[in-house]
Amino acid sequence: MNSAPRVTRRGLLLRIAAGVGAMALAGCQKLSDTTWFPRILGLGETATQGFQRLILPRKAMAREFADTDLDAQFRNNGTSLPRNPAFLAMAQNGFAEYRLTVDGLVEKPVMFSLAEIRALPSRTQITRHDCVEGWSAIGKWKGARLSSLLENVRIKPNARYVVFYCADPMDDDGSSPYYESIDMEDAFHPQTLLAYELNGAVLPLANGAPVRLRVERQLGYKHAKYIVRIEIVENFSRIAGGKGGYWEDHGYEWYAGI
Amino acid sequence: MAVLKKGTSAKKMQYRHPLPVRLMHWINVVVIVVLLMSGLNIFNAHTALYWGESSYGKKPPLIEIRGVQDKEGNLIGTTGIFGYKINTTGFLGASRGPDGNMEDQGFPIWITIPSYRWLALARRWHFFFAWLLVANGVSFVMYSLLSRHVTRNLLPTRQDLHSIGRSVVDHLLLRRQKGEEAIRYNVLQKTAYLSVIFLMAPAMILMGLGMSPALDALFRGLVSLFGGRQSMRTLHFFIAWALVAFVFVHVFEVIVNGFWNNVRSMITGYFKISSESDNE
Repeated sequence: MNSAPRVTRRGLLLRIAAGVGAMALAGCQKLSDTTWFPRILGLGETATQGFQRLILPRKAMAREFADTDLDAQFRNNGTSLPRNPAFLAMAQNGFAEYRLTVDGLVEKPVMFSLAEIRALPSRTQITRHDCVEGWSAIGKWKGARLSSLLENVRIKPNARYVVFYCADPMDDDGSSPYYESIDMEDAFHPQTLLAYELNGAVLPLANGAPVRLRVERQLGYKHAKYIVRIEIVENFSRIAGGKGGYWEDHGYEWYAGI
Repeated sequence: MAVLKKGTSAKKMQYRHPLPVRLMHWINVVVIVVLLMSGLNIFNAHTALYWGESSYGKKPPLIEIRGVQDKEGNLIGTTGIFGYKINTTGFLGASRGPDGNMEDQGFPIWITIPSYRWLALARRWHFFFAWLLVANGVSFVMYSLLSRHVTRNLLPTRQDLHSIGRSVVDHLLLRRQKGEEAIRYNVLQKTAYLSVIFLMAPAMILMGLGMSPALDALFRGLVSLFGGRQSMRTLHFFIAWALVAFVFVHVFEVIVNGFWNNVRSMITGYFKISSESDNE
């Protein structure tokens, strides 16, 4: 029971543990840097999407809150001022010349003015916005039901996704406009809106004026801002990076339900 | 490893941990380490914790880790806890990045997976291993139902309950259990294992799922039960550290009670019983 050898043994154990730990870490890093391993990890996301879609009723409603729950000011994130001179000029003029193009797999391609969007059946909801980064914010949204707009243009039977093209470029040189996509299950959900009002006022530019998407059962990056065109497609493999959205093209999941 | 001793001292080698338990134990080791480290990378995407539904309601953050410039222009890390601000440069808020330069980041890269700030990939790691944890947990419950592992080995007996006081003293004095007693779990050990398996792990999974905006639409009461989504994220964070604390105590007890004997018994299943208290 003398202490000297015990200390050595403990030191050795610690060194072994540290060594094993360092090797495991380096291994994890190597795996992270391959292309195949993140793809295997992605199976977890596929399972999550499958499982959530399996247990979640199509019309299950996101929780709605009371006026007293509202944040004093709704946080904006991502673009707050699009680097797009033509769009900003339009904003200066109260979006009087704004037209939302709806085309793709539709019987009747339509260009909506802001007034026409406001004339569509609307919905007002106080919901919690959950960012992929971890924070949440509560805001009151009013907007046109996307389902009403889609009924208006009569989508074709082979249509599977709704793609939203945005006016905000994500690269400094003014390229890579933001875009997003959702499937028909979310597109026809009653809480899915083209929002034009936030907290009872006209949607501010920082929050995506004139029109932004609300798709309440998914994370924040799905809620495309500054929407200028909606395209109905069968698949999005030919659009930009082919993953169905700007962040999706940069490694995030298309299904953002968790 | 242990086989060599079987012939010479067979009487003293006791088969203690059945294969499924050993397998699930080591799966847990890997899964929990990856979940912790990828979780810290996810945390680094937004290094503040709140109470309630929103991050921007009436209440300020409970904890906020930030990297800020001091007067000389050096990056320092600060951690605000319930209004107190602590300089945590080197660990929280500011630490060395992959290129060796000080970076503005919550937890340092040596404790995160991947070893740089990359939320998308960290989420993939986290959710993949979360499924493994669920699978392991379901296997454990099914195995326990079949073998009555929980009722036989983990539920405290009436005798155990009477010995709580003595067990606390034994643990504090680092007194080792001897002989036949050493192959059964003591009452504190049983309580710790049961609370990790049936309280903390399920709570972690529920809180992780509760942060999902999709599942919030389905289990509408769950998030409110924990005080709101941000409260849930805060609790998820703290219980993760409580699990780390459990692991430290667990490994400490393993070392104190005969490191190789315990490790071997969790690898081969065989535990050496000796009446003396020496290390083997």
